[in-house]
Amino acid sequence: MIRLIPRTEPSKAMIFLSPLLALVLTALTAFFIFTFILTDIEVSSVFFTLFVEPLIDTYYISELLVKAAPLIMIALGLSIGFRAGVWNIGAEGQYVIGGITGGAVGLYFYNVEGFWLIPLMSIAAILGGMLYAGIAAFLKTKFQVNEILVTLMLTYVAVLFLSAMLQGPMRNPSGFNFPESRLFHDSALLPIIWQGTRLNVGLIVAIMLSFLTWFGIKKHLSGLQIKISGSAPRAAKFAGFDDKQTIWFSLLISGGVAGLAGLFEAIGPAGQITPGLPQFYGFTAIIVAFLARLHPIAIIFSSLLIALTYLGGENVQIYFNLPSSITNIFQGMLLFYFLACDILIQYKIVLFKTVQQRL
Amino acid sequence: MNEGLVFAIIIGISIASAPLIFAAIGELVVERSGVLNLGVEGMMIVGALAGFVVEFHTESSLLAVLAALLAGMAIASIFAFLTQILLTNHVATGLALTLFGLGIAAFVGRSYTEENIELISEIHIPLISDLPIIGPLLFGYNPLVYLAFIMVFLVWWFLFKTKQGLILRAIGDNHDAAHAIGHNVIRYRVLAILFGGAMAGIGGAFLSLVQVPIWGEDMTAGRGWIALALVVFSSWQPFKVILGALIFGGITVIQLHAQGFDIRISAAYMSMLPYLATIVILVSLRIRDKNKTNRTMPNCLGRIFHSTT
Amino acid sequence: MSNGRLTSIVKISLLSAIMALTSSAFADPVKAAFVYIGPTGDHGWTYAHDQGANHLKDKMGDNVEITRIESVAENSDSARVITSLARKNDIIFTTSFGYMEPTIKVAANYPDVKFEHATGYKRPTDNISTYSARFYEGRHVIGKIAGRMTKSNVIGYIASFPIPEVIRGINSAFLAARSVNPDVQIKIVWVYTWFDPGKEADAANALIAQGADIIMQHTDSTAAMTVAEEKGVHAFGQASDMSAWGPNAHLTSIINNWGPYYADRVQAVADGTWASSDTFHGVPEGMVAFAAMQNMPDDVKLEAEMTILDLEFGDVHPFTGPINKQDGSPWLAEGETPPMFPDIITMDFYVEGIDSKYPN
Repeated sequence: MIRLIPRTEPSKAMIFLSPLLALVLTALTAFFIFTFILTDIEVSSVFFTLFVEPLIDTYYISELLVKAAPLIMIALGLSIGFRAGVWNIGAEGQYVIGGITGGAVGLYFYNVEGFWLIPLMSIAAILGGMLYAGIAAFLKTKFQVNEILVTLMLTYVAVLFLSAMLQGPMRNPSGFNFPESRLFHDSALLPIIWQGTRLNVGLIVAIMLSFLTWFGIKKHLSGLQIKISGSAPRAAKFAGFDDKQTIWFSLLISGGVAGLAGLFEAIGPAGQITPGLPQFYGFTAIIVAFLARLHPIAIIFSSLLIALTYLGGENVQIYFNLPSSITNIFQGMLLFYFLACDILIQYKIVLFKTVQQRL
Repeated sequence: MNEGLVFAIIIGISIASAPLIFAAIGELVVERSGVLNLGVEGMMIVGALAGFVVEFHTESSLLAVLAALLAGMAIASIFAFLTQILLTNHVATGLALTLFGLGIAAFVGRSYTEENIELISEIHIPLISDLPIIGPLLFGYNPLVYLAFIMVFLVWWFLFKTKQGLILRAIGDNHDAAHAIGHNVIRYRVLAILFGGAMAGIGGAFLSLVQVPIWGEDMTAGRGWIALALVVFSSWQPFKVILGALIFGGITVIQLHAQGFDIRISAAYMSMLPYLATIVILVSLRIRDKNKTNRTMPNCLGRIFHSTT
Repeated sequence: MSNGRLTSIVKISLLSAIMALTSSAFADPVKAAFVYIGPTGDHGWTYAHDQGANHLKDKMGDNVEITRIESVAENSDSARVITSLARKNDIIFTTSFGYMEPTIKVAANYPDVKFEHATGYKRPTDNISTYSARFYEGRHVIGKIAGRMTKSNVIGYIASFPIPEVIRGINSAFLAARSVNPDVQIKIVWVYTWFDPGKEADAANALIAQGADIIMQHTDSTAAMTVAEEKGVHAFGQASDMSAWGPNAHLTSIINNWGPYYADRVQAVADGTWASSDTFHGVPEGMVAFAAMQNMPDDVKLEAEMTILDLEFGDVHPFTGPINKQDGSPWLAEGETPPMFPDIITMDFYVEGIDSKYPN
């Protein structure tokens, strides 16, 4: 049996070593599994397709960035709250509501040209996401109702609301009753920044937000340690904010950003609103935030890593006819190992019998 | 409406509710111990597959249910190890468990989508089950439906009538205090998590063994997430889980029946109601409990415990 | 013309003939890809397409290389998957309505690749074809069987989404059932999903409890068939032969038989004769087929088989006037059949006689 002894201060070496260790362990496990189940396929070529090809092919690089952008945005917003011990796990719902409110503005001004259109839609999306997360903030500050549970409940409501909207007012009037919106017209679509790909300004916004958050945290959050344990006590407050302000601030920021990400997905790579809009992004972003240990710049990399598992998973299906479930298995495993290895930062592992037993 | 139809609706609701009761009563114990496991959907789907596979190969319903229970426990043990021994974050670990469970079940179960099995059928006690009204109403259900209700009773009895139950609740409310007076926080929590896995596994197997005797990936279709909502709806009170499950499960059944009578209510809006009701219940609980020390929600829910001594 | 020149011409033409021969004999296999909305094990829509892909492989053997990708969500992921496939394939079948816009977008970027979109109606570039089947012909046959077989005169219909495809099926089945049984009524339950075994089972149970003794489904899982078997009523399978799930309940299944179409289209690519087209095949062409008729009296079976023959010879049309719309307004006059567009393609009304309200 093992026992964990807290370090006096977080191990600097382990901050960098533990993710590497997690990656190696994931790869080893995957190698073991593949060798076991694949009889007629080279395991090394599966690995190449999974992890390398998306990084050396310009098309896949562009798609990797497209897939990562919304994850970066949502995870950033969440990480701010997580640092303060405010657990918004309903980003999925805020993302959906943002997609609906922002998208509704775009559909209302269908075929209207104007430089103001996307900014207006963005404001609607941010407000939508904020209002939705604000419900949890209100209930938390007024009645001390647990925000984890409220945001989770509101996610179900949002997804159902999306399906009601797509079977009703937002349904494409000339779409034969299929539950989809019409396509957004050109001036409601995000500008492409890499011609010939789907990469749009959403990525620039996401990266700018990362750096903005980074500076913000450096400036305002004095003495805040990297908290990965999730037991972040209320002591981890934003400078000069009291408890209630922290809760409002965290939820409004994360809700607004998630809402914007929802809109950007709809008017970016999707081009329309469909029941498939959510894609589990809101929950995946929680994973992304933890992989990055809530660090705003690291979030960019962890988003790319998760995006890689999606693309790699698709490609092994295309090349080797492996089932799509590989992606889920990988993501689950990756997170298990990351979380497990991060323990090495705050704790030393010692054998059980070497410490005095008192349980 | 004739009485046959009423019975059919009641039995329909019981079948839709039972998997939710199983999964929720397990998660209730987990949350009462102060642990939040968002991996219910993943544990359910693994149970659904394990139950189906064993039923298919052995044709023994008992073994099938047992296999589902063990499979749920096995996958829950990953969560237990990570959160209790390695002190990882509950939310992130639970999400990873859901992804992993959905993936592994779909992967392993690929060759079973072509198969079909015998349903576990309703019990039929000669004479008693044939009695008018009370026969079908009390004695006409599937044995697993009775088990669901029994589990609720057992959990209530355990939590509120045994010393261990008291300790478990104390740990959920204040793990540091419980630890200080000498209770093994981690042991209780690990056992609670394993119990949660076992119940979610049976809940999943209910879908593949009782509701429809087929296996398909994604066949849990979000029921694990509903179970999570249900625990909150019940305000962590075992018997209210039954009420909640009847509402959450019943709304779909009633909505489908209403359509047959040409009463059209938007399925989407109607399905929102239980979730909104859950939020209202959360708020009212807080208002009611404001001046009481005996709060129903476990105070340490989702917090990580590490003994410094 | 000198003799030497003549021989050289002969030589060249011989050479080119040999080259042409060898190139066709040793041509690279056609690379065909299939994009599926669900898992291939759904035993419904995706399973049927996958069976079609298997047929294609059986037919063309080494002359075709097939890639299949399942559970591709109808969101921004689908365009990426289709693009990845377009980079490496000659022809791509996108087998769900929701892939329409992504297919069109990708097709514009890959003019040399052929795209085949199932159930769609847009072909803006000449490398896109659309195809679907006149499933309502299949519903016509099972409607007749249902009308004969029902004792309670209530047919239960599990419907997915109120799109024209599903509405056509309901109308066709109802009209056929009424034609053999004037007292028959149809109860329709909308589940707003294509695949949720639990909910489909709940719907089947609800319909049976409300008196239905025949279940029809326009959803993908085998759940309704298993419920029918358990409850001792009859049911029809959807998309593939579902008799294994209801040995006593199963009357027949409408089989989506895509295989021959897939083989034709891929062969056309191999031959260089592929051209953009809109295909809407039915019973005569074999795209809509049936599983063995069982659990019914011989006369009902005979009538069903005659109905199939009538359809094959084009002697009947499931929508033959006089037919009124549900509100009593006339749709088709005596002996009239509707045009494909807009009446059939965009059908958005119930016919007269159906009790249920039209869903909005």
